[in-house]
Amino acid sequence: MAIDSDTKTSKTGVFSQGRAKLAARTYRTDKWWIQPAITAGVLFLFIVYATYRAFENGKYFAAPLISPFYSPCLAQNCVKGSTSFVGTFFGTWHVFGMTVSPSLFILIFPLAFRMTCYYYRKSYYRSFWMSPPACAVAEPHKKYTGETRAPLIIQNGHRYAFYAGLVLNVFLTIDAVQAFRNAQGQWGHMSVGTLVLTANASFLWLYSASCHTCRHTIGGRLRNFSAHPIRYKLWGWVSVLNHKHQEFAWISLFGVAFADFYVRQVSGGSIRNLYFF
Amino acid sequence: MARTMKLRIFRGNSKDGGLQDVSVEANEGEVILDVIHRVQAEQIGDLAVRWNCKAGKCGSCSVEINGKPRLACMTQVASFDEAETVTITPLRAFPVIKDLVTDVSFNYKKAMEVRAYEPPADLKPGEARMQQIDVERSQEFRKCIECFLCQNTCHVIRDHEENKKSFAGPRFFIRLAELDMHPLDTLRNRKQSAQEEHGLGMCNITKCCTEVCPEHIRITDNAIIPMKERVVDVKYDPLRWLGSVIRKREGIN
Amino acid sequence: MSNQLERYKYDVVIIGAGGAGLRAAVEAREAGLSVAIVCKSLFGKAHTVMAEGGVAASMGNVNESDNWMVHFRDTMRGGKFLNNYRMAELHAKEAPERVWELEVWGALFDRTKEGKISQRNFGGHEYPRLAHVGDRTGLELIRTMQQRIVALQQKDGRDHGDAEKFIKVFAEVTITEILKENGKVSGAYGYRRENGEEIMFEAPAVILATGGAGKTFKITSNSWEGTGDGHALALKAGGHLIDMEFFQFHPTGMVWPPSVRGLLVTESVRGDGGVLTNSEGKRFMFDYIPDVFKDKYADNEAEADRWYTDQANNRRPPELLPRDEVARAINSEIKAGRGTEHGGVYLDVSKRLPADVIKKKLPSMWHQFYELAGVDITKEAMEVGPTCHYVMGGAWVEPDTAAVIDVPGLFAAGECAGGMHGSNRLGGNSLSDLLVFGRRAGLGAVEYVKSNGANPVTDGSVVAAAAKIEAPFNNPGSENPYALHHELQETAHNLVGIIRTKAELEEAIAKIADLRARAKNIGVSGGRQFNPGFHLTFDLDNMLLIAEAAAKSALIREESRGGHTREDFPKMSPTWRQVNNITTWNGSSIAVEQKHLPDLTKELFGLFDIHELEKYMTSDELSQSRGGSN
Repeated sequence: MAIDSDTKTSKTGVFSQGRAKLAARTYRTDKWWIQPAITAGVLFLFIVYATYRAFENGKYFAAPLISPFYSPCLAQNCVKGSTSFVGTFFGTWHVFGMTVSPSLFILIFPLAFRMTCYYYRKSYYRSFWMSPPACAVAEPHKKYTGETRAPLIIQNGHRYAFYAGLVLNVFLTIDAVQAFRNAQGQWGHMSVGTLVLTANASFLWLYSASCHTCRHTIGGRLRNFSAHPIRYKLWGWVSVLNHKHQEFAWISLFGVAFADFYVRQVSGGSIRNLYFF
Repeated sequence: MARTMKLRIFRGNSKDGGLQDVSVEANEGEVILDVIHRVQAEQIGDLAVRWNCKAGKCGSCSVEINGKPRLACMTQVASFDEAETVTITPLRAFPVIKDLVTDVSFNYKKAMEVRAYEPPADLKPGEARMQQIDVERSQEFRKCIECFLCQNTCHVIRDHEENKKSFAGPRFFIRLAELDMHPLDTLRNRKQSAQEEHGLGMCNITKCCTEVCPEHIRITDNAIIPMKERVVDVKYDPLRWLGSVIRKREGIN
Repeated sequence: MSNQLERYKYDVVIIGAGGAGLRAAVEAREAGLSVAIVCKSLFGKAHTVMAEGGVAASMGNVNESDNWMVHFRDTMRGGKFLNNYRMAELHAKEAPERVWELEVWGALFDRTKEGKISQRNFGGHEYPRLAHVGDRTGLELIRTMQQRIVALQQKDGRDHGDAEKFIKVFAEVTITEILKENGKVSGAYGYRRENGEEIMFEAPAVILATGGAGKTFKITSNSWEGTGDGHALALKAGGHLIDMEFFQFHPTGMVWPPSVRGLLVTESVRGDGGVLTNSEGKRFMFDYIPDVFKDKYADNEAEADRWYTDQANNRRPPELLPRDEVARAINSEIKAGRGTEHGGVYLDVSKRLPADVIKKKLPSMWHQFYELAGVDITKEAMEVGPTCHYVMGGAWVEPDTAAVIDVPGLFAAGECAGGMHGSNRLGGNSLSDLLVFGRRAGLGAVEYVKSNGANPVTDGSVVAAAAKIEAPFNNPGSENPYALHHELQETAHNLVGIIRTKAELEEAIAKIADLRARAKNIGVSGGRQFNPGFHLTFDLDNMLLIAEAAAKSALIREESRGGHTREDFPKMSPTWRQVNNITTWNGSSIAVEQKHLPDLTKELFGLFDIHELEKYMTSDELSQSRGGSN
C-alpha cells in the first residue's frame, strides 16, 4: 500500500483549494478523446470542401440537377438554366474585380442554422473549443462565460436561422421535384440524380423537423397540452424525431455534401447521370 | 466465484491526501460500493464513504470511478477487467471532507435560491385538477434523486470555481423547468430569473449532465434547451415580444 | 470543554428527516415555533425515498365507495385487530387531507381521466386506494416535504432576513442521547458525523422520527440508517416500546445477486398483475388463503384473473393477501424444496402486461432488475423471497398527540412509533402514517411547548453525554464493530426471524446478552473525522436493544399473529389479542410487561360484521362490546 501524494499547485477548476488533492486532469481510462477528435476531423473536412465549392463558382448545374450549395441561384451570373424561378434580384457582385459566387448569398443561411443548432453547438464546443473536451475532463480555459455575452449570445437567435432553413428546404424540395425531368426539361423521368436530390431534401426536412426550436414552436412552449390536443400530438411526433436530431444532423450534412459532389461530377462530365426511365 | 480487485482509492481531506492502492476480494454480482465496504470492514476501518439505500434511489454514494461520475451502488464490479486497477476518487467539483466524502452544501444553497412552487391562492386541498399529459413533463424532472452527479460533471463550475456564485447547475435547471411547466404554478417570471439569476446562459449544452444522470432524465433536451427557448420567447425574440405587446393591448390572455 | 461545544436553542428538535420528521417540522413552524431538523444522512436521503407503491388514503377517486370506515376496517384486519384502534381511526380519517395538502405543496401524483389523483390497488386494501407516482411515490413525498421546508425557509428569509432563523437542517448528525432535567426533556446531544465534533440542542420538546430497525436483521430492505435509533433513544430516556415482536417481512425482496439480497420488489408488481409461482410452475398462493380471508380472495385462477378487469364481481387474487400471509407462504414453499435456484420463488409480470406498460408503471423495478441483476422483467420472471422490511413495534405513544408515554416532552411518529399497525402493516399505510402522525406529533409538541416553556440543560448532563461519545476511543478493547454487527444480524435472522420457536428465542436472548458484553470492548481505529467504525458503535448499541426487545417479546407471546409466527404456537389466540407487550430498559437489560389493549369503541365496533369479529375476539369481549343494545 503506497500513498501516492504528488500535488499540483495550480489553483483553478479541479485543482482549486479545498478539492481533493489529485494530480491528473482526468482519471478516465477510456479513449475519451476519440469522439471529439473524429468530430473535429469530419467537421473540418466538410468546412474545407464547402469553402472550396462555395468559391469554385462552377460545376453546380447539370440540367435538371442543381447543387444544393447553389440553390436557389439568385444572382445574374448564375449559369444558364440554373437561375431560380423567384428571380435574380442579387444581380452580380464583384469584390476586388472578382465575381462573387452566387453560393455565398445562400450558404450563409444553412451555415447559420447549423452553427446555432443545439446539437452542433455541443459538438463544436467540445471538439474545437474543448469546453469541455469530454465529460469530467478538465478544460484548458481560465475563464468561461458561456452564452451570456457577445458573440455567443447570438445563439439565442437559432429560431430565425431555423425559419430561414425551412425556406431553403422548400427550394431544395422544388429542386428535387424538378429533377423528375430529363435534361431537355420533359417531365416523367427519373435518374440517380433525382434520388440524390430527393434524399437530400428529405434528410434536410428531418433535420429541421427534429430541431429543438421546432419542438418548442410546435408545442413545447405550451403549459397545458390538454388544451391543445393537436399541437400535443405534433409535439409528440417531433419529440420522437428530436431523439435522433444528432443522427439527422450528420446524415443531412453528408447528404448535402454528397448531393453537391454528385452534381459537380455530372456537371464536370466525369460521370453520367444514369436515367431509370 | 470470488476474484481479486485492485483499487486506488483517494485517502485524505481538504488539506492533504493522495491515492492509496488496495487489493480486495470481490464476489459475483457485487457493485463497487460492496467492495468499498469490504475494504472498510477488513482493511481501513475509517475509510469514509457516503451511502444510504444501496439501490440507486437516494443518490448518496456519488463518486468518480475511473474518472467518471457514477453511483458506487450502481456500478458493477463485473464491468471492469480483473487486470485493471480501478481508481475511485471523491467528486472533484466540490470540496472534499474526507476520503470519498465531499461537501455538497453548494447544492443545498442553490436549492434555497429557487423560488418555491406557488399554487393559485384560492386552490383548496383536493380541488386540483390536472391531466396526466400536463404533469408528465414535470414528473420526469421529479425523478431526480439529487445525487448531484450532473452538478459535479458540469464544467461550468467543475472547471471554474468562480462561476459557482452565479450558476445554479443542471439539477436546478430541471427544477426551474419543472416549475415553469407545472400546470398550476402561478409565478410567471421563472424564465427571466432562470437567465438573470440562475445562470442558464452559462450552459453551453455540452450534455455531460445528461450523460451521467443515473435516472436517465434527459436534462439537456427536455429541460435546459426548452428553458433556453422559453427564455428566448421572453427576452430575445423581437417578434414574440411584439406579439405579446399587441396581445396585452387587445386584452387577450 | 463545554465552551467549545456547539450549542443551539430551539423550541423543538426533530430527529429524523423522513416523511414524519419533515411533516412535524412544517406543523411546528407554521404554529410559530423554531425547529431544528437533525438527520444522519444528507437532507432528502431519508429511507422514505425507498417507498415505492404509494400512500393509502380513502379519497375515493377511483372507486367512490371508498371512505375512511372501509380504510379503518382494512387496517384493523391487516393488523389482526391488535392495532391501537384510535390511531387506526385517526389515520383513516385524516389521510386524504394529508395527501391533498401534499399536492398544494407541489407534489405531482399520477392522474385519473378526470384529472384527480389516481389510486392503485394494493394488498389488503378493499378498493384502489394508493395515490402514487409510478413506483417512486416515496421520493415524491420526501422531495415535496423537503421543498415545503425550503418554501417556509424562503418565507422566513423574506420576512425576517434569515432563511435559517426558525428552521435549520442539521444534516449528518447522530443523536446519542435525549437530555432530561427534572424528569422532562431538555434537549438532545450528539455529534457531527463529518468531523466527530459534539453538538448540543437545548429544547423542551424532542420529536423522534427516526424510522425503522431493519438493519438488525441480515436480509433487509432497510438502508444503513434503519438501526432503531428512535426506539433506543425512547427506551433510554425512560419511555417504553410496544409490541416489539412484530416485524414485517416483506414477501418480495430480491434474492440474487447476493449484494442486493433483500432489496425491495414493490408490491405494485402484484397489484398490477404479477403472479407468484414455485419451481414446479404452480401458482401456489391459492393453497395459503387463511379462513379469515376466504370470502374476500379468489380460490381459482379464472376468478383471480377476471378481478383485474372486473373488481366488482370477482374476489381478489391471493397474491394480494396481506404481506405476512404472502411472506409465510413463500417461506413454506422454499422450505418444502420448491424454491428457485437462488432460494426464492418466481414473480412474473411479463406474461401479464406488455413491455411498454411494465416500463411505464414500474420504471424503477425495471431498472433495478436490469442494472443490478441483469434480468429484464418485461421478458422474464423475477426471483423473490422475504426480506425484513418494517417494524410494527415502536415507542409507546398517546394516539392523539404522539407523546411518548412516561417521558414529558418526547414525541414519536412514523415507523419508530408503535401501535398504529397492530401485528402487521398494510402496504401504503406507512406513508400515510408518516403524514398523519408526523403532523400530530408536531401539533403535540406545539401544545406542550406552549404550556411548559424552556427547560435548561445543566452542565452535569452535558459532561455525562460527552463522556459516552468519547468512550469508544478510550477503549483498549479489540472487538471489531463490523464483526459484531454481522453476528447480531445472523442471530436475529436465524433465531428471531419469520418463524420462531421457544428454544431458538431463548438461544437468541443469551447470544444477544453475550454480544452486548462484547460490545463493551469495541475499540475504534482512526480519528473522529467521518469515521464509519465509530458511527457503527452507536448504531450497534441501538440494534442490540431492538434485538433484545424483539426476542423477549416474541418469547412471551405464545401465539402466531401478523409479523410474529411461533412454530410451537401456530394459531391466533383471542386472549393474546387483548395484550400489548410493553418493554422497558433498566440500564442493563430489557423487561417486558403485559398491558391490556384499549377496547374498540361502540361506534367503531359497529363497523364490523359480528361474524368477522368472532374470528378474532373472545366471546366475553363480543358480548361486552355489543353492550346488549346492538
